[in-house]
Amino acid sequence: MASNAAVPFWRAAGMTYITYTNLCANLVRQCLKEPYKSEALNREKVHYSVSRWVDGKPEKQTLRSDIPE
Amino acid sequence: MIWRRQLSSDLPAETVGDSKFNDAWKKLIPNMDPPKTPSAYMSPRPPTPSTIPSKLTVNLVLPYESVLAAKEVDMVIVPATTGQMGVLPGHVATIAELKPGILSVHEGNDITKYFLSGGFAFVHANSVADIIAVEATPLDQIDPTLVQKGLADFQQKLNSASTDVEKAEAQIGVDVHSALNAALTG
Repeated sequence: MASNAAVPFWRAAGMTYITYTNLCANLVRQCLKEPYKSEALNREKVHYSVSRWVDGKPEKQTLRSDIPE
Repeated sequence: MIWRRQLSSDLPAETVGDSKFNDAWKKLIPNMDPPKTPSAYMSPRPPTPSTIPSKLTVNLVLPYESVLAAKEVDMVIVPATTGQMGVLPGHVATIAELKPGILSVHEGNDITKYFLSGGFAFVHANSVADIIAVEATPLDQIDPTLVQKGLADFQQKLNSASTDVEKAEAQIGVDVHSALNAALTG
């Protein structure tokens, strides 16, 4: 068993399989026709809220992904 | 809140699983039930039927949808990284990594094609094929102008890429768009 078997080019560049597959899927989604394209891109939207905590208290600035849109 | 405690008379006497482990446990600690081992939670490998079934059962699943669920078909051709692989009933158990390409499902005289963005195909000994992909679209939902534009963009990015990561991303873009192109024209 060759432990140094030829790695795929994306792994050699430091990308993980998940990043690679998600990138491929995103490229396919960008190439769809109109109603399907916006449905697919909307389906994959992620909403999050990030806050940094310092000394046990949250800092004032909270980043939220849904506000700017 | 009342917690209903299971009476010891309700529980089965033996926990199913590794018999050697259970015997060794009972010798050492006869008063406690042996814990379950991982093999007790696994369902057994599906048996290989003695005669080859006439139809292949296909499951095509995406993270958000089950496109084909236990559909009986005659053959599927999956886009494995090693090339297009045809799967017939009675195929040897295989695990194949998929590259972006066309999955064709053959049922009688009908052929349904889906473009897969990548994933895996598991063929089990009992003629069940599980295909998991992140995106699967019928070919008529793909826009040819966007594909051509994307291909040209990424080819240009590949020529002007400097770091390894940029090159890899550009190469992935070129691969996916060429596969989309081939799917639309082939």
